Parts: sequence; structure tokens; C-alpha cells
Amino acid sequence: MRELEREIRERFPEVEIFQHSPRRFYITIGKEKIREIAQFLFKERGLRLSIITGIDSRDGIEILYHFSEDKTGTYWTVKVFLDKAKPKVDTISDITKAASWIEREIWELLGVEFIGHPNLVPLLTAEDWPKDKFPLRRDYE
Amino acid sequence: MNNRRIIPIGPYHPLQEEPEFFKLIVEGEKVVALEINIGYNHRGHEFLSQKMTYEQIPYLVERICGICSNSHPLAFVQAVEDAGKIEVPERAKYIRTINHELERIHSHLLWLGLAGHFIGYNTVWMWAWKYRELVLDIFEMITGNRNHYAMNKVGGVRWDIKDEHILVMEKSLNEVEKAVGMFTKAILDDPVIRARLEGVGVLPKEVAIDYGVVGPTARASGLAIDVRKDDPHAAYDRVAWDIVVFEEGDVLAKAKVRLLECFESIKIIRGCLKDLPKGEIETKIDEIPPGEGIGRTEAPRGEVFHYVRTSGGNFPLRHKIRAPSYMNIASNEYACVGYSIADAALTLAAVDPCYCCTERLVVFEDGKKRFSYDDILRMSWEKTEKLKARMRR
Repeated sequence: MRELEREIRERFPEVEIFQHSPRRFYITIGKEKIREIAQFLFKERGLRLSIITGIDSRDGIEILYHFSEDKTGTYWTVKVFLDKAKPKVDTISDITKAASWIEREIWELLGVEFIGHPNLVPLLTAEDWPKDKFPLRRDYE
Repeated sequence: MNNRRIIPIGPYHPLQEEPEFFKLIVEGEKVVALEINIGYNHRGHEFLSQKMTYEQIPYLVERICGICSNSHPLAFVQAVEDAGKIEVPERAKYIRTINHELERIHSHLLWLGLAGHFIGYNTVWMWAWKYRELVLDIFEMITGNRNHYAMNKVGGVRWDIKDEHILVMEKSLNEVEKAVGMFTKAILDDPVIRARLEGVGVLPKEVAIDYGVVGPTARASGLAIDVRKDDPHAAYDRVAWDIVVFEEGDVLAKAKVRLLECFESIKIIRGCLKDLPKGEIETKIDEIPPGEGIGRTEAPRGEVFHYVRTSGGNFPLRHKIRAPSYMNIASNEYACVGYSIADAALTLAAVDPCYCCTERLVVFEDGKKRFSYDDILRMSWEKTEKLKARMRR
């Protein structure tokens, strides 16, 4: 077992870790833990936040935080599941600035509210884009 | 009295080709804050990609950027190969590496030319782009296209490199290497260029980490990250080469990283051409199983990241794309502040935001070549003579 995998299991006993291939890991965790795990991965272990992906899937809205461990070339993707009716998750843009733009993007394209984001204004869509239309949702026509 | 003023640059930039809006907030000549607005050029690739097949998507993602038109499809096919656990033939891996490094040389020379143009050194611009042509000619020879090479497909590459190509490539690379050597010396020796670039737009290491910057922007700030070394794909672990890292974080360091990387790229291509293995260039694929995959490559500007969620069908359920400029441009919020307005244009360009422009130097009319390089050179001299004569009058 990798050292980081062991440490994550110790710190967050409830996580599910899935090893897809030697350098690709997927970690599923409750959404209330996201700040804590982001703090741990970015600040303590020096992982770089590459990007966040939002997916509208059958089980709800998935938010995938792709953390890159550059010295081993490994991707640690942290997954949280959000309720489709009212998707909300804490922001991590104050932990790393790399999350700032992408949280705005997911907010406007998928309708996920990032609680505590200081500047939640449209990044890509026009200012007059309707506030209840989310192009990356499955029901978008 | 409040003497803050706003200088808007964009959305239709007078110098750059693509719409981006920078709001420089200045006090006198000094930039005190920067607001960045993007989204004028959003083309909805992630939305479109969900409706296309795995065969079609490489052509779509190739058009994200005219310069990184090998990096995006390569990252995408790697993501699908990761999801489907597909092994790529050795020869295809080498060909992918060669293409990828050629792309880096042409992109770095493009940037060098633009940087020269931005500081008013048009000679640097003309010379850098002249030698960039050689690389584009190689691309045309191998792939049939000068940009948008359409080389990568899931499971391999679409065109093979022939033996006669190798000889031409080696000759062109020698010439490019000589030219880059000349640029490096000229730039490091020139007091005016140094004065314009040194200590300007500094991005310290800890800020670089916070913004998550990648590529030459990160390597010029002392972060030794490079996907080609960290997460070896294609044939990068089969040949010898080094990462170029500088500590200063200023524009000069970014220029140095890019110039020295051209030498490393040439080294990689030579190594690949030397032991190019024989055999197939693609694997046959039956189907892509449900799952997820991550593909990453080191584009000339930094790490390109593609995430694909597959559903078992012929198209992805979700395809996330992250280009390097997405991280790098945001860091300008820090790098521009505290310097003069004149430096801002250069600092904004120093992270190498994307442009796409390729103009041919050879003019064709009715299928016949009209002007050659020598003709254009002669015309330019004639015009200079005419101008001189007019000034003497």
C-alpha cells in the first residue's frame, strides 16, 4: 500500500479508496469532509489541485477533485456526491487559488453552489444567461 | 485624492488574436490590481464532446487550440486508453513522442517571436518564426498538415513515419538547433532585452504553488514539475533528457526555460528516431468498457488534463478538459501587480496564452508558386532601398 493511501485511511477512516491503475486512485468521501481532505492533501502533503470535474450522474451530482502528486506522477481523485435537488458543497478556493475559477464554472454550468466562495459571478457564460439553465445537467435541452 | 485609474485591455485585444479582457487598475504608471474576465471565446467543447463518438472526439479537441493540436488529442486518447486498459504498440508511442516534441519546438519559437514583438524587437520575431517554418514543414511531411495534425487515435496513431522522412527531419533539426543556439546567445547577451525581461513579472514559488500553475510558468518559478518525467507516457522514459528549471520566476526565466527546452526536445526526437522500433502503429479495439480514465500530457504551455467517464457505449458520458492556460492566466493577478503598465503587456504574454495563426511564406496562384523566400527577401530589400532614397530627398 502506498504511504499516502495509508495516511488517508488513518486520517479519514470512512473513505473508500479504489485503485484503478498504479498511478490512478479514486477516493470517495462525504461532502462535509471536503475542506478537511483538501487541506490535508494540498497544505500538508503538497499535492497540486489540477482541476475539478462536475458530473450529473444517476446517483446525484458528483464533484471530482483531481489532485496531482507530482513527485510520483499519481492522480488522487476525491469524489463527493451531492443531492440533485439542492447541490451544495463548501468552497476550497481559500485553501488553494487553483479552485477559484473552476468552482465558478461548475456553479454556472451545473448549478452547484459553493458555500463561502468570495466571488461567485459567471466565468464563461454571458451576464444575461438565465440563472436556472445549466448546460451540463442531463435535463438541459 | 484618489488617483486610481482603470485601463481596459480587450475584449478585442489590439495585439493578441483572442478575446480576453484584462482590467488593469493603476496608480500613475504602476499596476495595483488586475481583474481578468474570460469566456468571450467559449465554444462548449465539453458539451459537444458528450454527443460525439470516440473516433470523432480527437478531431474536436484538436481544435481547442491551433498550437496544442497534438497535446489535446493525445491526452484524450490516453484517457480513453486508461479507461479501457488498452495497450498501445511501441512504434506508435515513439511516433507520438516525436510529434509532441516537434509541437513544443514550434510553440516555443512562436512564443519567442511574440515576446520579441511585444518588447519592440521585431528582428527576434522574424527570425524565430523563420526557423519555426522548418518544424511546420516537418509536420506537413509526416502528417500532411501544418497544424491540426490529426495523428492520434484511440489505440495508436494514424500515419507512419517513413525512412525517407527521418533523413529530412535530421537535417532540419540540425538547422533549428543552430538557430536556437543563436537566439539563446543573442538574448542572454543583449543588454536591452535583459533590461526589459529581468526582474519583471516575478511569480514567487509559493504563489505558483497556490495558483497551481503548470509548464514553463511553473518551471521558471523553481517548481520542477513536468508530466513527461513525473508520469512517463508514450516513449518519454525510453530516451535521455532533462527538465529545465530556473528559480527567479521573472519573464527572463520563462524565456530561458523555453529556449533551453527546445534543445531537450531536439534531444528527445533524435533519441526516438535513433531507436524507432518496427511494427504496428495501432491496436484494434472492440469496445470501451464502462469506467473512468485520466489522460495527461505536457503541452508546450504545461500539463493538459483530460478526464473521461465512459458508459459502455460509443460516446463518453462526461469529458472534462483542462488546458494549461486555465491555471497560468489566473496567476497574472499576482504577477502584474507592482510593475509598470509597459511591463504588464509582456507579463500577460509571458505565460504564453494561446494563439492560433499560421501564415504561409510561399504564395501559390493557379497551382503555381508565385513568390519564393528569396523573392520576398529581395522585395523587402528593394523596399528598404526605396524608403532610404525617399528619406535622403
